Amino acid sequence: MNDITTLHYLIVAATLFALGVTGVLTRRDVIVRLMSLELILTAVSLNLVAFSHMWGNLYGQVFAIFVIVIAATQAVVGLAIGVAFRRNSGIDVPVAKASR
Amino acid sequence: MTPVATSFFFYLLASATVLGGLLVITCRSAVRSALALIVTLLAVAGLYLMLYASFVAGAEVLVYAGGIMVLFLLAIMFTWTGVSPNEPRFLGVAWIGIPSGCALLAFLIFAFVKGRELFPDRMIALGEESNTQQIASLLYGEPGRTGSYTFAFEIASLLLLVAILGAVVKVSGRGVAGPVSAVESQETRPSPGI
Repeated sequence: MNDITTLHYLIVAATLFALGVTGVLTRRDVIVRLMSLELILTAVSLNLVAFSHMWGNLYGQVFAIFVIVIAATQAVVGLAIGVAFRRNSGIDVPVAKASR
Repeated sequence: MTPVATSFFFYLLASATVLGGLLVITCRSAVRSALALIVTLLAVAGLYLMLYASFVAGAEVLVYAGGIMVLFLLAIMFTWTGVSPNEPRFLGVAWIGIPSGCALLAFLIFAFVKGRELFPDRMIALGEESNTQQIASLLYGEPGRTGSYTFAFEIASLLLLVAILGAVVKVSGRGVAGPVSAVESQETRPSPGI
């Protein structure tokens, strides 16, 4: 039918995952690290939906919907902590006090 | 409906995704990273549409790109102190982080290419018009029985409620001007009534 197989989608998801991991390990700003975490979760959802297409059922898509819900939860909690962090300590990670 | 020009759209959306991801982790300004992440999420929603997942694509555009990223931009703009050109973007240990990210990518691609014969080499075209109805049947069930994932759905909504309440309590329990201890702020400020 066409020459785009599941492997192509998996490689795109792997690239997004590696970019997200690099962002979490590398960047200094807390909020950019939270956004790299969202990249990781998007890569996981893409993997799930690609496999759902391969197997022909919808379980991967339902799981991807729950991943979006969990990403929303994590963004809410993480941003509450991140905003408090940035207010008190700026974006400097090495000079941060212990989180209260 | 027969798909047409699939490779062109796939490579277009895939390059938009990867480029957006690169911009997220390399931009100096957090606002630009958030906008690049919105572009990435929209491109991934396009990839979902190519995978016959129209409901997930719509949910991602509405919830993820339209809700979560707006929340990120709100948080960035509340705590914005300007972009100074001297402040370093990357941590001091970035010389470990970047090669390890490349090594992770190489390992994942190697694992996927090597393990290709473990999975059936087919792509089943799911129904496009009934995608939302079938997902609704899985999540909510048919008349007379609950769906396979109704319990997980209810737990997910409870989780969202608890997270929102926790974030509100955490943000309102601290002072606006600088670090204050939690005990001191609770003694001198009126309680928010939660």
